[in-house]
Amino acid sequence: MKATLLIARRELGAYLRSMTGYIIAAAVLIVDGLLFNAFALGGPDKLSAEVLSLFFYFSSGTTIIASVFISMRLLAEERQTGTLVLLTSSPVQDWEIVLGKFLSAFAFLALITLASVYMPALIFVNGKISFGHMAAGYLGLLLLGSATLALGTFGSAIARTQVLAAIFSGCIVVALIVCWLLAKVTEHPLNDVFVSLALHGKHFPPFQSGSVHLRDVIYYLMVTYVALFSATRVIESRRWK
Amino acid sequence: MIEVKGLTKYYGEHAAIRDLNFAIDRGEVIGFLGLNGAGKTTTLKILGCVLLPTAGEVTVDGIDIARDPHEVRRRIGFLPDTPPLYSEMTVGRYLTFAAELRGVPSAAAPRAVAEAEEKTATREVHEELISSLSHGYRQRVGVAQALVHKPKLLILDEPTSGLDPVQIVEMRSTIKVLRGEHTILLSSHILSEISQTCDRLLVIQHGEIVAQGSEQDLATQLGGGGTIEIEVAGTSARAIEVARTVTGIGDCTVIREGDGVALLSLQGAPDLRPKVARALVGNGIDLLRIDRGAARLESIFLKLTKEPEAPAQ
Repeated sequence: MKATLLIARRELGAYLRSMTGYIIAAAVLIVDGLLFNAFALGGPDKLSAEVLSLFFYFSSGTTIIASVFISMRLLAEERQTGTLVLLTSSPVQDWEIVLGKFLSAFAFLALITLASVYMPALIFVNGKISFGHMAAGYLGLLLLGSATLALGTFGSAIARTQVLAAIFSGCIVVALIVCWLLAKVTEHPLNDVFVSLALHGKHFPPFQSGSVHLRDVIYYLMVTYVALFSATRVIESRRWK
Repeated sequence: MIEVKGLTKYYGEHAAIRDLNFAIDRGEVIGFLGLNGAGKTTTLKILGCVLLPTAGEVTVDGIDIARDPHEVRRRIGFLPDTPPLYSEMTVGRYLTFAAELRGVPSAAAPRAVAEAEEKTATREVHEELISSLSHGYRQRVGVAQALVHKPKLLILDEPTSGLDPVQIVEMRSTIKVLRGEHTILLSSHILSEISQTCDRLLVIQHGEIVAQGSEQDLATQLGGGGTIEIEVAGTSARAIEVARTVTGIGDCTVIREGDGVALLSLQGAPDLRPKVARALVGNGIDLLRIDRGAARLESIFLKLTKEPEAPAQ
């Protein structure tokens, strides 16, 4: 576990020392702020809880996109620059490498996500919202981000370059989002399968409206686990190739 | 230190290495010699526990790399052909990271880093960003990361690749400093590099070991027995006559003669140099220079890696 934390610490340092990290953070906060101002605060009068719900809805979109961009470099860049050998020739298990990379990306995403807290806090100026609603929304954003980052880590493990990694993970994420639409046009029992796979449409709205269901938490944790497990298998299989 | 038996690696249908067998003793400096695509890097990556073999058995310090790669990795330091450097880190931070990753306790890491920097002459760039270093320094930092945890076995894949002559000399002295403390396995295209730094050579061709032994052993195996070059004042005739009286000296060839100086090539083991020198000087011949045959390793290498001629149609 020490190796995992070492890798995570180094990787987080790399995010904070690179322009890319700051560009992603700035872009997410700007887009979040614009959407919040234009659609959540603007338009016809709304209840404070509705404003907060809309904030989480828009933030979930930026979180997904940011996760794909944050995770694309994790393993693909190491492969591109030849630094992965430093890790694979060290006494470190492959799962420790993958977990360390994922944790660093998650910590960076969490920093960006929590930096947006001033926006829902603004609702307090003219309205009233519950801290529980805010906590549920942020928990949802972090879980959604965790699942998307893990899918991105898998995409980064199978790709040779960062661009390909972003394309692969983008396709996987879009496929899981589109499951929600497919569920609407398919019949039982197939629609149930699509509904339960849907990354956003099924599992995020409860968080958005302030409810935390165990099934949604488990879904996001399962996606995270399966994606990280697959990424580890990809790294292991490289030793045979 | 290393025992390799029947080592084979396939990439799809293509055999990168086939049935390699060799052993390396503790403290030896071994040169791995071969043309591009001969299988050097694949072999070194397997020994460095980065790749797994398709077949065969490799033990490092008595531990099987397939059964317990984790334990083997503690005992090795690996420098791949491209040094694995994080350009956004400073040399000090990078080496500390590498040391801790290889199990050096945090408290002991600064000392381990200082020692590695001392051995590789990178102390003065401790605070520099890796992205700002010259190619020579990058290569040396690559060696430093490989030895920062004091491994028993050091595997260096083309450590002099892309270096200028001055940097090659510096790298050579770095490797000389490491001799004795580590068992070293290095590959290189530069034959003089191998000749000057290694105790023994492993020559690989088309994924198979075609010869192994010291430079002298290989020369003997190939029927050459080695050559000695001498430069004497005066004519060559008298020098040849005297040199031939030394037991072990065979054919003598005049390479160049003129302006009162003769350059000769004597067929014989380089170990005979003191005897030849004594004989020449004892017979009143002015010996200007005596050395081992300059082009020897090149000719050994060319003989070993020569493609068999296609049969006539």
